Amino acid sequence: MPEFVLTVARFGFLVLLWIFVFTVVGVIRRDLFAGAKSSRLVAAPRGVGASAGHARPAKVKRGRAAHQLVVTAGQLAGTRITLGEAPITIGRAEDSTLVITDDYASARHARLLPRSGQWIIEDLGSTNGTYLDRAKVTGPTPVPLGVPIRIGRTSLELRP
Amino acid sequence: MTAPTAPAASPAVTGEMPRIRMSKSRRNAELGLLIFAMALITAYAATVEATMLDAVTPDFWIPAALVSMVFLGLHIVIRFLAPYADPALVPAVALINGLGVGFLRRIDMARADAADRANFPIFAGDGGRQLAWTLLAAIMAAGLLIIVRDHRIVSRYAYTLGLVGIVLVMIPAVLPSRYSEINGAKLWILIGGFSIQPGEFAKLALVSFFAYYLVRKREVLSLASRRFLGIDFPRGRDLGPVVAVWLLSLLVLVFEKDLGTALLYFGMFVVILYVATERVSWLIIGLLLFFGGATLAYSLGASVGGPFANFYDRVQIWQDPFADPYDAGFQPVQSLLGLGTGGLFGAGPGGGQPTKVPDVEDDFIFAGLGEEIGLFGLSAFLVLYLLIVERGLRAGIAVRDSFGKLLAGGLAFTLGLQVFVIVGGVSGLIPLTGQTTPFLSAGGSSLMANWLIIAMLLRISDAAGRPMTGSASAQGDGPAGPPVKLHGAPTEVIRS
Repeated sequence: MPEFVLTVARFGFLVLLWIFVFTVVGVIRRDLFAGAKSSRLVAAPRGVGASAGHARPAKVKRGRAAHQLVVTAGQLAGTRITLGEAPITIGRAEDSTLVITDDYASARHARLLPRSGQWIIEDLGSTNGTYLDRAKVTGPTPVPLGVPIRIGRTSLELRP
Repeated sequence: MTAPTAPAASPAVTGEMPRIRMSKSRRNAELGLLIFAMALITAYAATVEATMLDAVTPDFWIPAALVSMVFLGLHIVIRFLAPYADPALVPAVALINGLGVGFLRRIDMARADAADRANFPIFAGDGGRQLAWTLLAAIMAAGLLIIVRDHRIVSRYAYTLGLVGIVLVMIPAVLPSRYSEINGAKLWILIGGFSIQPGEFAKLALVSFFAYYLVRKREVLSLASRRFLGIDFPRGRDLGPVVAVWLLSLLVLVFEKDLGTALLYFGMFVVILYVATERVSWLIIGLLLFFGGATLAYSLGASVGGPFANFYDRVQIWQDPFADPYDAGFQPVQSLLGLGTGGLFGAGPGGGQPTKVPDVEDDFIFAGLGEEIGLFGLSAFLVLYLLIVERGLRAGIAVRDSFGKLLAGGLAFTLGLQVFVIVGGVSGLIPLTGQTTPFLSAGGSSLMANWLIIAMLLRISDAAGRPMTGSASAQGDGPAGPPVKLHGAPTEVIRS
């Protein structure tokens, strides 16, 4: 076997190896660097909206949309949940998105649903009721930004 | 079952916006990459024969073709059972695995008599065995994809798996050395001519258990804390689990005399703990505990000897391999010389003398490979490992339930840590420990266990990539149970 062929084979192999590596990178390039902000490797519902970063509905005007749910009063005061596109369940049940340890809260107390850029609060038949500011929530009600939702001793607000 | 759930079926009851994002399944990309990888494996075999025999035998393509058949079979299984799985995982792993088979065959040829080299039988030697193991490993990976249709099912057996994992870890420790010891490390079960490394399989079981346990406990572990020096430290009583695992790994270190395995189990747990709680303090505590334990073992080895002597010797060799280059330091010295001979571009496939390094088919495969493909080729391998780990972590990021996140993160990290431990050992960065190089080293246990990890990552990335329909619960392909849980993930409490 001539020396030339061997040299070509030897370096050709290395070059092909790297071409393969870059082809793999090319295949996964789209999500290799994308979405570093919206997606996190934290086992928590912030990740529920992990795929949300890609396809947020265009209708929502940025700045006016609610991006966070903040607990303003009660035992969990200071807690924030980043809103994705999944509904948020609130209650004492373990599988709720926001588990509140409030004596006046029911296991499945209320639910926040996104609907075309608006968040809707809905009482799930709780014992002590859900209040939007002072008014009792009876049916699905849109929640404006900054208006307190009261559940027992806990207050929640939507923030941009 | 495998067909994507029809978008029309999205229940409007939940009121959630039926967002239908057509995720492309990307299986054709996987097929293309796989064919590329197989071409590379064939090219490698041809180059080896051209260099070693000065001629390419007409049968040179057969081992590569057999490997290709195995992985194409796996690809077809994935097409049906995990259509939305990550397209980069299998080709990257297949390339490493296939080149490993090729390299082992090359070592067999170097060890055979010069006259027999040209027609060295395909199924003989380490290379032939590795070929058979590859087939078995691919079958096991396919089997896992068939049995586990939804990774969340695994969490139901978490405690059983945890027990199985601990038993698997402990078996070699309690067996008499005659049945479990090779080169001073008690990691095997030796029956007849066979050796099984149960610790390899324990990894998957233990990660599943850790993930499940920490999904349950992470609120306590991440909430209750005291702030000190700007970092939140957990309460004393919450340190229980991490101390327990630390003790377990220390026992592994003492009884199995293997630093690498101990480091692997402990690192695995600490990182899953970190992912679950998002607390840097766990990493700090973990590192402190590990270095404390290692220093303790080292000083005990110096003064008492006994079970710690092996670890002490390894550290001594690591500090100065050239102190005793013909006896104690022979292996690391040969490995370093091999890597040095390889230089930047290597001696070319088949052009080096990897057989000079003892155990080159096993622990030191990276040194043997490095002599022939050089730093340039080795970095390609390292980048491939990096990409595999990245794909695993990405699957963890994208999947929607906490258990899946922790499982994928833990498994991907375990693979990465194992590569670090062995490549670090071979290149002299850390004391050498007897870990296998994932997918590359000769050995069935390691190959099968690591392919099982890849199969699990494929399953999780499939769940993550599946197009979402109206309710999150509809994405599992099992029968929709009556209690419709809105999220797989329970609670997050984030302090501002």
